[in-house]
Amino acid sequence: MKEIAKALGDVFIQMPKGLLVTFKHLFKKPVTLDYPRKKKPMTPRYRGLHYLERYDDGSERCVCCGLCAAACPADAIYMEPEENEHGERRAKVYEINLLRCIFCGFCEEACPEEAIFLGHEYEFSNDNRNSFIYTKGQMLVPHPRKDKPFKRIYRRIRKVYGVTDKPK
Amino acid sequence: MLEIVIASSIKVIIVVIAVLTGCAYATYMERKLVAHFQHRIGPLYAGPYGLLQPMADAVKLIFKEDIVPDKVERYTYALAPVISFIPAMLIFAVIPFGKDTSVFGYGIKMVLSDLNIAVLFIFAITSLGIYGIILGGWSSGSKYSLMGGLRSSAQMISYEVSYGLSIIGVILIANTLSLRELVNQQASDSIWFFSHWYVWRQPLGFLLYLTCAIAETNRAPFDLPEAESELVGGYHTEYSSMRFSMFFIGEYANMLAVSAVGATLFFGGWQGPFVNTIPLLGIVWFVLKVFLFMFFYIWLRATFPRFRYDQLMNFGWKILLPLALFNTMLTSLLVALKVI
Repeated sequence: MKEIAKALGDVFIQMPKGLLVTFKHLFKKPVTLDYPRKKKPMTPRYRGLHYLERYDDGSERCVCCGLCAAACPADAIYMEPEENEHGERRAKVYEINLLRCIFCGFCEEACPEEAIFLGHEYEFSNDNRNSFIYTKGQMLVPHPRKDKPFKRIYRRIRKVYGVTDKPK
Repeated sequence: MLEIVIASSIKVIIVVIAVLTGCAYATYMERKLVAHFQHRIGPLYAGPYGLLQPMADAVKLIFKEDIVPDKVERYTYALAPVISFIPAMLIFAVIPFGKDTSVFGYGIKMVLSDLNIAVLFIFAITSLGIYGIILGGWSSGSKYSLMGGLRSSAQMISYEVSYGLSIIGVILIANTLSLRELVNQQASDSIWFFSHWYVWRQPLGFLLYLTCAIAETNRAPFDLPEAESELVGGYHTEYSSMRFSMFFIGEYANMLAVSAVGATLFFGGWQGPFVNTIPLLGIVWFVLKVFLFMFFYIWLRATFPRFRYDQLMNFGWKILLPLALFNTMLTSLLVALKVI
Protein backbone atom coordinates (compact mmCIF):
# COMPACT_ATOMS: atom_id res chain seq x y z
CA MET A 1 0.00 0.00 0.00
CA LYS A 2 2.80 2.34 1.00
CA GLU A 3 4.68 1.51 -2.16
CA ILE A 4 1.66 2.19 -4.32
CA ALA A 5 1.09 5.55 -2.66
CA LYS A 6 4.73 6.44 -3.24
CA ALA A 7 4.54 5.35 -6.86
CA LEU A 8 1.41 7.42 -7.44
CA GLY A 9 3.13 10.39 -5.82
CA ASP A 10 6.04 9.89 -8.17
CA VAL A 11 3.78 9.64 -11.20
CA PHE A 12 1.72 12.71 -10.40
CA ILE A 13 4.30 14.99 -8.78
CA GLN A 14 7.88 13.96 -9.46
CA MET A 15 7.59 12.76 -13.03
CA PRO A 16 5.75 15.81 -14.39
CA LYS A 17 8.50 17.93 -12.82
CA GLY A 18 11.14 16.04 -14.72
CA LEU A 19 9.15 16.09 -17.92
CA LEU A 20 8.67 19.82 -17.61
CA VAL A 21 12.40 20.36 -17.27
CA THR A 22 13.17 18.49 -20.49
CA PHE A 23 10.25 20.14 -22.26
CA LYS A 24 11.70 23.56 -21.50
CA HIS A 25 14.98 22.48 -22.99
CA LEU A 26 13.28 21.37 -26.18
CA PHE A 27 12.83 24.97 -27.28
CA LYS A 28 16.24 26.26 -26.37
CA LYS A 29 18.68 27.11 -29.09
CA PRO A 30 20.92 24.17 -29.91
CA VAL A 31 24.52 24.70 -28.93
CA THR A 32 25.77 22.67 -31.87
CA LEU A 33 27.43 24.72 -34.57
CA ASP A 34 26.80 23.38 -38.06
CA TYR A 35 30.54 23.68 -38.46
CA PRO A 36 31.73 23.23 -42.01
CA ARG A 37 28.71 25.15 -43.26
CA LYS A 38 28.63 27.88 -40.65
CA LYS A 39 31.68 29.22 -38.93
CA LYS A 40 32.07 30.87 -35.62
CA PRO A 41 33.41 34.40 -35.98
CA MET A 42 36.88 34.58 -34.47
CA THR A 43 37.72 37.18 -31.88
CA PRO A 44 39.67 40.12 -33.37
CA ARG A 45 42.80 39.15 -31.48
CA TYR A 46 42.75 35.53 -32.63
CA ARG A 47 46.13 34.42 -33.99
CA GLY A 48 45.74 32.13 -36.96
CA LEU A 49 47.59 31.68 -40.21
CA HIS A 50 50.15 34.39 -41.04
CA TYR A 51 49.73 36.74 -43.94
CA LEU A 52 52.11 39.27 -45.47
CA GLU A 53 50.73 42.75 -46.02
CA ARG A 54 51.34 44.97 -49.07
CA TYR A 55 51.40 48.72 -49.62
CA ASP A 56 48.43 50.22 -51.38
CA ASP A 57 50.32 50.28 -54.67
CA GLY A 58 50.90 46.55 -54.40
CA SER A 59 54.55 46.46 -53.43
CA GLU A 60 55.51 44.24 -50.53
CA ARG A 61 55.95 45.75 -47.12
CA CYS A 62 58.45 43.15 -45.98
CA VAL A 63 62.07 44.28 -46.34
CA CYS A 64 63.52 41.01 -45.12
CA CYS A 65 65.20 42.59 -42.08
CA GLY A 66 65.08 39.32 -40.13
CA LEU A 67 63.65 40.77 -36.92
CA CYS A 68 60.72 38.41 -37.01
CA ALA A 69 63.05 35.45 -37.40
CA ALA A 70 65.09 36.77 -34.50
CA ALA A 71 62.02 37.22 -32.34
CA CYS A 72 60.61 33.85 -33.20
CA PRO A 73 60.97 31.59 -30.13
CA ALA A 74 60.28 28.49 -32.19
CA ASP A 75 62.79 29.32 -34.89
CA ALA A 76 60.16 28.78 -37.55
CA ILE A 77 60.96 31.60 -39.95
CA TYR A 78 63.56 31.38 -42.70
CA MET A 79 64.30 34.18 -45.19
CA GLU A 80 66.72 35.18 -47.96
CA PRO A 81 66.91 38.80 -49.18
CA GLU A 82 67.21 40.19 -52.72
CA GLU A 83 66.86 43.53 -54.48
CA ASN A 84 63.96 44.38 -56.70
CA GLU A 85 64.11 46.40 -59.93
CA HIS A 86 64.06 49.73 -58.00
CA GLY A 87 67.01 48.69 -55.86
CA GLU A 88 64.80 48.11 -52.85
CA ARG A 89 65.39 45.27 -50.46
CA ARG A 90 62.80 42.55 -50.28
CA ALA A 91 62.53 38.87 -49.46
CA LYS A 92 63.51 36.38 -52.12
CA VAL A 93 62.56 33.49 -49.92
CA TYR A 94 60.27 33.85 -46.94
CA GLU A 95 59.18 30.63 -45.34
CA ILE A 96 57.33 29.84 -42.14
CA ASN A 97 57.33 26.28 -40.91
CA LEU A 98 53.86 26.00 -39.42
CA LEU A 99 54.74 22.77 -37.68
CA ARG A 100 57.31 24.64 -35.64
CA CYS A 101 55.28 27.82 -35.27
CA ILE A 102 53.53 28.22 -31.92
CA PHE A 103 51.35 31.14 -33.08
CA CYS A 104 52.65 33.39 -30.32
CA GLY A 105 52.49 36.51 -32.50
CA PHE A 106 55.98 37.76 -31.61
CA CYS A 107 56.83 38.13 -35.31
CA GLU A 108 53.85 40.42 -35.68
CA GLU A 109 55.06 42.51 -32.76
CA ALA A 110 58.68 42.56 -33.86
CA CYS A 111 58.00 43.67 -37.43
CA PRO A 112 59.05 47.31 -37.93
CA GLU A 113 57.38 47.54 -41.35
CA GLU A 114 53.99 46.20 -40.26
CA ALA A 115 54.35 43.53 -42.88
CA ILE A 116 53.46 40.28 -41.11
CA PHE A 117 50.21 39.62 -39.30
CA LEU A 118 48.50 36.60 -37.85
CA GLY A 119 45.12 36.28 -39.49
CA HIS A 120 41.94 34.45 -38.64
CA GLU A 121 42.40 31.50 -40.94
CA TYR A 122 42.70 28.23 -39.05
CA GLU A 123 41.82 25.56 -41.58
CA PHE A 124 45.18 24.65 -43.06
CA SER A 125 45.46 20.99 -42.23
CA ASN A 126 47.31 18.87 -44.73
CA ASP A 127 48.45 15.32 -45.30
CA ASN A 128 52.19 15.79 -45.73
CA ARG A 129 54.70 17.68 -43.70
CA ASN A 130 56.24 19.59 -46.57
CA SER A 131 52.99 21.39 -47.23
CA PHE A 132 53.24 23.05 -43.85
CA ILE A 133 56.22 25.11 -44.92
CA TYR A 134 54.38 28.14 -46.19
CA THR A 135 56.16 30.27 -48.75
CA LYS A 136 55.93 33.95 -49.48
CA GLY A 137 53.53 33.42 -52.35
CA GLN A 138 51.10 31.56 -50.15
CA MET A 139 51.10 34.19 -47.45
CA LEU A 140 51.18 37.44 -49.41
CA VAL A 141 47.76 39.02 -49.62
CA PRO A 142 46.59 39.09 -53.23
CA HIS A 143 46.87 42.29 -55.20
CA PRO A 144 44.50 43.82 -56.05
CA ARG A 145 42.59 42.59 -53.02
CA LYS A 146 39.74 40.33 -53.91
CA ASP A 147 36.21 41.41 -53.15
CA LYS A 148 34.70 39.70 -50.18
CA PRO A 149 32.23 37.41 -51.98
CA PHE A 150 35.07 35.89 -53.95
CA LYS A 151 37.36 35.53 -51.01
CA ARG A 152 36.15 32.10 -50.06
CA ILE A 153 36.30 30.78 -53.60
CA TYR A 154 39.77 32.26 -54.03
CA ARG A 155 40.91 30.66 -50.82
CA ARG A 156 39.48 27.34 -51.94
CA ILE A 157 41.29 27.54 -55.28
CA ARG A 158 44.52 28.47 -53.57
CA LYS A 159 44.15 25.52 -51.27
CA VAL A 160 43.41 23.09 -54.08
CA TYR A 161 46.11 24.15 -56.54
CA GLY A 162 48.68 25.62 -54.20
CA VAL A 163 49.77 29.09 -55.32
CA THR A 164 53.42 29.68 -56.13
CA ASP A 165 55.30 32.95 -56.38
CA LYS A 166 54.19 35.04 -59.28
CA PRO A 167 56.97 35.40 -61.86
CA LYS A 168 57.78 39.05 -62.50
CA MET B 1 -16.46 -10.45 -55.02
CA LEU B 2 -13.72 -9.17 -57.29
CA GLU B 3 -14.54 -5.65 -56.25
CA ILE B 4 -13.98 -6.51 -52.61
CA VAL B 5 -10.68 -8.23 -53.38
CA ILE B 6 -9.40 -5.27 -55.35
CA ALA B 7 -10.57 -2.69 -52.84
CA SER B 8 -9.08 -4.63 -49.92
CA SER B 9 -5.79 -5.14 -51.74
CA ILE B 10 -5.48 -1.45 -52.44
CA LYS B 11 -6.27 -0.63 -48.84
CA VAL B 12 -3.76 -3.17 -47.55
CA ILE B 13 -1.02 -1.82 -49.79
CA ILE B 14 -1.73 1.75 -48.77
CA VAL B 15 -1.78 0.91 -45.08
CA VAL B 16 1.42 -1.14 -45.24
CA ILE B 17 3.23 1.62 -47.10
CA ALA B 18 1.88 4.22 -44.71
CA VAL B 19 2.96 2.24 -41.67
CA LEU B 20 6.44 1.58 -43.05
CA THR B 21 6.86 5.24 -43.96
CA GLY B 22 5.54 6.11 -40.53
CA CYS B 23 8.18 3.86 -38.95
CA ALA B 24 10.91 5.43 -41.05
CA TYR B 25 9.86 8.92 -40.11
CA ALA B 26 9.34 7.93 -36.50
CA THR B 27 13.08 7.27 -36.38
CA TYR B 28 13.70 10.68 -37.92
CA MET B 29 11.30 12.27 -35.45
CA GLU B 30 12.98 10.51 -32.56
CA ARG B 31 16.48 11.50 -33.59
CA LYS B 32 15.47 15.07 -34.24
CA LEU B 33 13.47 15.47 -31.04
CA VAL B 34 16.02 13.80 -28.77
CA ALA B 35 18.67 15.99 -30.35
CA HIS B 36 16.70 19.13 -29.58
CA PHE B 37 15.97 17.93 -26.06
CA GLN B 38 19.74 17.80 -25.64
CA HIS B 39 20.45 21.14 -27.38
CA ARG B 40 21.77 19.39 -30.45
CA ILE B 41 20.58 19.65 -34.04
CA GLY B 42 20.18 16.05 -35.15
CA PRO B 43 20.27 14.77 -38.73
CA LEU B 44 20.85 17.66 -41.08
CA TYR B 45 22.75 16.66 -44.18
CA ALA B 46 20.51 14.26 -46.12
CA GLY B 47 18.00 16.49 -47.82
CA PRO B 48 16.55 19.70 -46.43
CA TYR B 49 16.61 19.54 -42.61
CA GLY B 50 17.84 15.96 -42.97
CA LEU B 51 14.41 14.87 -44.16
CA LEU B 52 15.84 12.16 -46.39
CA GLN B 53 17.81 10.62 -43.53
CA PRO B 54 15.42 7.63 -43.15
CA MET B 55 15.87 6.84 -46.84
CA ALA B 56 19.64 7.07 -46.51
CA ASP B 57 19.51 4.77 -43.48
CA ALA B 58 17.37 2.27 -45.34
CA VAL B 59 19.71 2.22 -48.32
CA LYS B 60 22.69 1.80 -46.04
CA LEU B 61 21.10 -1.09 -44.16
CA ILE B 62 20.04 -2.89 -47.32
CA PHE B 63 23.49 -2.71 -48.86
CA LYS B 64 25.34 -3.77 -45.74
CA GLU B 65 26.81 -7.24 -45.52
CA ASP B 66 24.55 -9.71 -43.76
CA ILE B 67 26.88 -11.26 -41.21
CA VAL B 68 25.73 -14.55 -39.71
CA PRO B 69 27.87 -15.59 -36.74
CA ASP B 70 29.29 -19.10 -36.66
CA LYS B 71 27.42 -20.67 -33.78
CA VAL B 72 23.86 -19.51 -34.39
CA GLU B 73 20.78 -21.67 -34.75
CA ARG B 74 20.39 -20.85 -38.38
CA TYR B 75 16.66 -21.23 -38.92
CA THR B 76 15.60 -19.62 -35.71
CA TYR B 77 18.13 -16.89 -36.28
CA ALA B 78 16.62 -16.11 -39.67
CA LEU B 79 13.08 -16.43 -38.40
CA ALA B 80 13.31 -14.22 -35.31
CA PRO B 81 13.39 -10.80 -37.02
CA VAL B 82 10.38 -11.74 -39.11
CA ILE B 83 8.47 -12.87 -36.04
CA SER B 84 9.13 -9.60 -34.29
CA PHE B 85 8.26 -7.58 -37.38
CA ILE B 86 5.06 -9.21 -38.65
CA PRO B 87 2.87 -9.00 -35.51
CA ALA B 88 3.58 -5.31 -35.20
CA MET B 89 2.29 -4.82 -38.72
CA LEU B 90 -0.69 -7.13 -38.17
CA ILE B 91 -2.13 -4.89 -35.48
CA PHE B 92 -2.87 -2.24 -38.06
CA ALA B 93 -5.26 -4.65 -39.75
CA VAL B 94 -7.98 -3.95 -37.21
CA ILE B 95 -7.42 -0.31 -36.37
CA PRO B 96 -9.97 2.07 -37.88
CA PHE B 97 -8.16 5.08 -39.26
CA GLY B 98 -10.93 7.24 -40.66
CA LYS B 99 -14.59 7.82 -41.22
CA ASP B 100 -16.21 5.54 -43.78
CA THR B 101 -16.42 7.26 -47.15
CA SER B 102 -17.47 6.41 -50.64
CA VAL B 103 -15.39 6.81 -53.77
CA PHE B 104 -17.33 6.89 -57.07
CA GLY B 105 -20.36 5.54 -55.27
CA TYR B 106 -18.44 2.64 -53.84
CA GLY B 107 -18.51 2.56 -50.07
CA ILE B 108 -15.14 2.18 -48.40
CA LYS B 109 -14.67 1.24 -44.78
CA MET B 110 -11.64 2.98 -43.37
CA VAL B 111 -10.43 -0.15 -41.64
CA LEU B 112 -8.79 -3.18 -43.14
CA SER B 113 -10.81 -5.70 -41.20
CA ASP B 114 -13.76 -4.76 -39.02
CA LEU B 115 -13.24 -7.53 -36.53
CA ASN B 116 -15.82 -7.77 -33.76
CA ILE B 117 -13.13 -8.99 -31.33
CA ALA B 118 -10.49 -6.53 -32.45
CA VAL B 119 -9.26 -5.76 -28.93
CA LEU B 120 -8.67 -9.45 -28.19
CA PHE B 121 -6.95 -9.81 -31.56
CA ILE B 122 -4.60 -6.96 -30.75
CA PHE B 123 -3.63 -8.43 -27.41
CA ALA B 124 -3.09 -11.87 -28.86
CA ILE B 125 -0.89 -10.49 -31.63
CA THR B 126 1.08 -8.12 -29.40
CA SER B 127 2.08 -11.05 -27.21
CA LEU B 128 3.40 -12.92 -30.25
CA GLY B 129 5.96 -10.21 -30.84
CA ILE B 130 7.86 -11.37 -27.76
CA TYR B 131 8.80 -14.61 -29.50
CA GLY B 132 10.83 -12.70 -32.03
CA ILE B 133 12.91 -11.12 -29.31
CA ILE B 134 13.35 -14.27 -27.23
CA LEU B 135 14.19 -16.46 -30.22
CA GLY B 136 16.52 -13.82 -31.61
CA GLY B 137 18.31 -13.60 -28.29
CA TRP B 138 18.53 -17.34 -27.82
CA SER B 139 19.50 -18.35 -31.36
CA SER B 140 22.32 -15.82 -31.56
CA GLY B 141 24.49 -17.93 -29.28
CA SER B 142 25.80 -14.88 -27.49
CA LYS B 143 25.49 -14.20 -23.80
CA TYR B 144 24.49 -10.59 -24.30
CA SER B 145 21.73 -11.53 -26.68
CA LEU B 146 20.55 -14.29 -24.38
CA MET B 147 20.45 -11.94 -21.41
CA GLY B 148 18.51 -9.43 -23.47
CA GLY B 149 16.06 -12.08 -24.59
CA LEU B 150 15.58 -13.41 -21.06
CA ARG B 151 15.05 -9.98 -19.65
CA SER B 152 12.54 -9.14 -22.31
CA SER B 153 10.59 -12.34 -21.75
CA ALA B 154 10.40 -11.71 -18.01
CA GLN B 155 9.55 -8.06 -18.54
CA MET B 156 6.88 -8.64 -21.12
CA ILE B 157 5.19 -11.43 -19.22
CA SER B 158 5.10 -9.23 -16.13
CA TYR B 159 3.65 -6.26 -17.91
CA GLU B 160 1.32 -8.21 -20.17
CA VAL B 161 -0.98 -8.85 -17.20
CA SER B 162 -1.39 -5.21 -16.30
CA TYR B 163 -1.50 -4.31 -19.99
CA GLY B 164 -4.50 -6.53 -20.50
CA LEU B 165 -6.21 -5.40 -17.31
CA SER B 166 -5.67 -1.72 -18.03
CA ILE B 167 -8.13 -1.70 -20.90
CA ILE B 168 -10.72 -3.94 -19.28
CA GLY B 169 -12.23 -0.76 -17.88
CA VAL B 170 -12.82 0.70 -21.31
CA ILE B 171 -14.33 -2.53 -22.55
CA LEU B 172 -16.60 -2.71 -19.51
CA ILE B 173 -17.93 0.76 -20.19
CA ALA B 174 -18.17 0.36 -23.94
CA ASN B 175 -19.61 -3.13 -23.76
CA THR B 176 -17.93 -4.06 -27.04
CA LEU B 177 -14.65 -5.47 -28.34
CA SER B 178 -14.96 -3.91 -31.79
CA LEU B 179 -12.68 -0.93 -32.31
CA ARG B 180 -15.04 0.58 -34.85
CA GLU B 181 -17.83 0.51 -32.33
CA LEU B 182 -15.52 1.92 -29.64
CA VAL B 183 -14.61 4.85 -31.86
CA ASN B 184 -18.22 5.52 -32.76
CA GLN B 185 -19.15 5.63 -29.08
CA GLN B 186 -16.60 8.38 -28.51
CA ALA B 187 -18.12 10.64 -31.15
CA SER B 188 -19.44 14.02 -30.11
CA ASP B 189 -20.96 16.73 -32.28
CA SER B 190 -20.72 19.54 -29.76
CA ILE B 191 -17.87 22.02 -29.59
CA TRP B 192 -16.42 19.93 -26.77
CA PHE B 193 -15.45 17.28 -29.26
CA PHE B 194 -13.29 15.53 -26.69
CA SER B 195 -16.00 15.22 -24.06
CA HIS B 196 -16.85 11.60 -24.88
CA TRP B 197 -13.32 10.31 -24.98
CA TYR B 198 -12.78 7.37 -22.69
CA VAL B 199 -9.70 8.92 -21.18
CA TRP B 200 -11.99 11.08 -18.98
CA ARG B 201 -13.86 8.06 -17.73
CA GLN B 202 -10.76 5.88 -17.40
CA PRO B 203 -7.91 8.17 -16.29
CA LEU B 204 -6.22 5.49 -14.20
CA GLY B 205 -6.76 2.93 -16.92
CA PHE B 206 -5.13 5.26 -19.41
CA LEU B 207 -2.10 5.85 -17.22
CA LEU B 208 -1.71 2.12 -16.71
CA TYR B 209 -2.09 1.51 -20.42
CA LEU B 210 0.55 4.10 -21.22
CA THR B 211 3.04 2.67 -18.73
CA CYS B 212 2.50 -0.92 -19.76
CA ALA B 213 2.62 -0.02 -23.45
CA ILE B 214 6.05 1.53 -22.96
CA ALA B 215 7.22 -1.59 -21.16
CA GLU B 216 5.65 -3.81 -23.82
CA THR B 217 7.48 -2.09 -26.63
CA ASN B 218 10.80 -2.10 -24.75
CA ARG B 219 11.19 1.62 -24.77
CA ALA B 220 13.03 3.83 -22.33
CA PRO B 221 12.78 3.86 -19.34
CA PHE B 222 11.89 0.17 -19.63
CA ASP B 223 14.39 -0.67 -22.37
CA LEU B 224 16.23 -3.34 -20.42
CA PRO B 225 16.24 -5.93 -23.22
CA GLU B 226 18.47 -3.71 -25.28
CA ALA B 227 20.27 -1.90 -22.50
CA GLU B 228 23.23 -0.54 -24.40
CA SER B 229 25.36 0.13 -21.37
CA GLU B 230 25.44 -3.41 -20.04
CA LEU B 231 24.18 -5.69 -22.81
CA VAL B 232 25.87 -4.09 -25.83
CA GLY B 233 22.74 -4.22 -27.96
CA GLY B 234 20.65 -6.82 -26.18
CA TYR B 235 18.79 -9.34 -28.29
CA HIS B 236 19.94 -7.89 -31.60
CA THR B 237 23.66 -7.71 -30.80
CA GLU B 238 24.55 -10.41 -33.33
CA TYR B 239 22.28 -9.16 -36.08
CA SER B 240 23.32 -6.98 -38.95
CA SER B 241 22.05 -5.57 -42.21
CA MET B 242 18.39 -6.05 -43.11
CA ARG B 243 17.75 -8.52 -40.28
CA PHE B 244 18.79 -5.95 -37.74
CA SER B 245 16.68 -3.33 -39.43
CA MET B 246 13.67 -5.66 -39.30
CA PHE B 247 14.01 -5.74 -35.53
CA PHE B 248 14.29 -2.01 -35.66
CA ILE B 249 11.26 -1.50 -37.89
CA GLY B 250 9.41 -4.00 -35.71
CA GLU B 251 10.16 -1.91 -32.64
CA TYR B 252 8.94 1.27 -34.25
CA ALA B 253 5.92 -0.42 -35.81
CA ASN B 254 5.12 -1.71 -32.34
CA MET B 255 5.37 1.79 -30.94
CA LEU B 256 3.10 3.08 -33.67
CA ALA B 257 0.72 0.20 -33.04
CA VAL B 258 0.35 0.74 -29.31
CA SER B 259 0.06 4.47 -29.96
CA ALA B 260 -2.70 3.80 -32.46
CA VAL B 261 -4.49 1.44 -30.09
CA GLY B 262 -4.14 3.96 -27.27
CA ALA B 263 -5.48 6.74 -29.47
CA THR B 264 -8.38 4.55 -30.53
CA LEU B 265 -9.30 3.31 -27.08
CA PHE B 266 -8.83 6.46 -25.06
CA PHE B 267 -8.77 9.43 -27.43
CA GLY B 268 -11.59 8.70 -29.83
CA GLY B 269 -9.51 7.34 -32.70
CA TRP B 270 -10.24 9.40 -35.78
CA GLN B 271 -12.99 11.43 -34.11
CA GLY B 272 -12.36 15.14 -34.06
CA PRO B 273 -13.85 18.48 -35.02
CA PHE B 274 -15.37 18.85 -38.52
CA VAL B 275 -14.98 15.15 -39.19
CA ASN B 276 -18.62 14.89 -40.24
CA THR B 277 -18.35 17.58 -42.90
CA ILE B 278 -14.97 16.50 -44.27
CA PRO B 279 -14.66 12.74 -43.74
CA LEU B 280 -11.02 12.58 -44.82
CA LEU B 281 -10.13 14.81 -41.89
CA GLY B 282 -10.55 11.70 -39.74
CA ILE B 283 -7.26 10.33 -41.02
CA VAL B 284 -5.53 13.58 -40.14
CA TRP B 285 -6.87 13.54 -36.58
CA PHE B 286 -5.89 9.91 -36.21
CA VAL B 287 -2.33 10.43 -37.43
CA LEU B 288 -2.04 13.50 -35.24
CA LYS B 289 -3.10 11.58 -32.16
CA VAL B 290 -0.74 8.72 -32.94
CA PHE B 291 2.15 11.11 -33.33
CA LEU B 292 1.28 12.88 -30.09
CA PHE B 293 1.66 9.49 -28.43
CA MET B 294 4.96 9.05 -30.22
CA PHE B 295 6.06 12.46 -29.03
CA PHE B 296 5.30 11.42 -25.47
CA TYR B 297 7.33 8.25 -25.94
CA ILE B 298 10.31 10.20 -27.15
CA TRP B 299 9.85 12.82 -24.47
CA LEU B 300 9.99 10.09 -21.83
CA ARG B 301 13.10 8.64 -23.41
CA ALA B 302 14.79 12.01 -23.29
CA THR B 303 13.82 12.52 -19.65
CA PHE B 304 14.14 9.37 -17.56
CA PRO B 305 17.02 6.97 -16.99
CA ARG B 306 16.55 3.24 -17.31
CA PHE B 307 15.03 1.21 -14.48
CA ARG B 308 17.11 -1.29 -12.61
CA TYR B 309 15.96 -4.87 -13.17
CA ASP B 310 14.54 -5.41 -9.67
CA GLN B 311 12.87 -2.00 -9.75
CA LEU B 312 11.24 -2.99 -12.99
CA MET B 313 9.89 -6.22 -11.54
CA ASN B 314 8.74 -4.57 -8.32
CA PHE B 315 7.02 -1.86 -10.29
CA GLY B 316 5.26 -4.34 -12.55
CA TRP B 317 4.00 -6.76 -9.93
CA LYS B 318 3.64 -4.72 -6.76
CA ILE B 319 2.34 -1.44 -8.15
CA LEU B 320 0.93 -1.75 -11.64
CA LEU B 321 -0.89 -5.03 -11.11
CA PRO B 322 -2.71 -4.01 -7.89
CA LEU B 323 -3.61 -0.68 -9.48
CA ALA B 324 -4.92 -2.41 -12.58
CA LEU B 325 -6.98 -4.80 -10.47
CA PHE B 326 -8.30 -1.90 -8.41
CA ASN B 327 -9.20 -0.01 -11.57
CA THR B 328 -11.02 -3.03 -12.96
CA MET B 329 -13.02 -3.55 -9.79
CA LEU B 330 -13.85 0.13 -9.41
CA THR B 331 -15.00 0.36 -13.01
CA SER B 332 -17.08 -2.81 -12.68
CA LEU B 333 -18.73 -1.39 -9.60
CA LEU B 334 -19.46 1.94 -11.26
CA VAL B 335 -20.78 0.25 -14.37
CA ALA B 336 -22.96 -2.03 -12.27
CA LEU B 337 -24.33 0.98 -10.42
CA LYS B 338 -24.80 2.71 -13.80
CA VAL B 339 -22.70 5.70 -12.71
CA ILE B 340 -20.55 5.76 -15.87
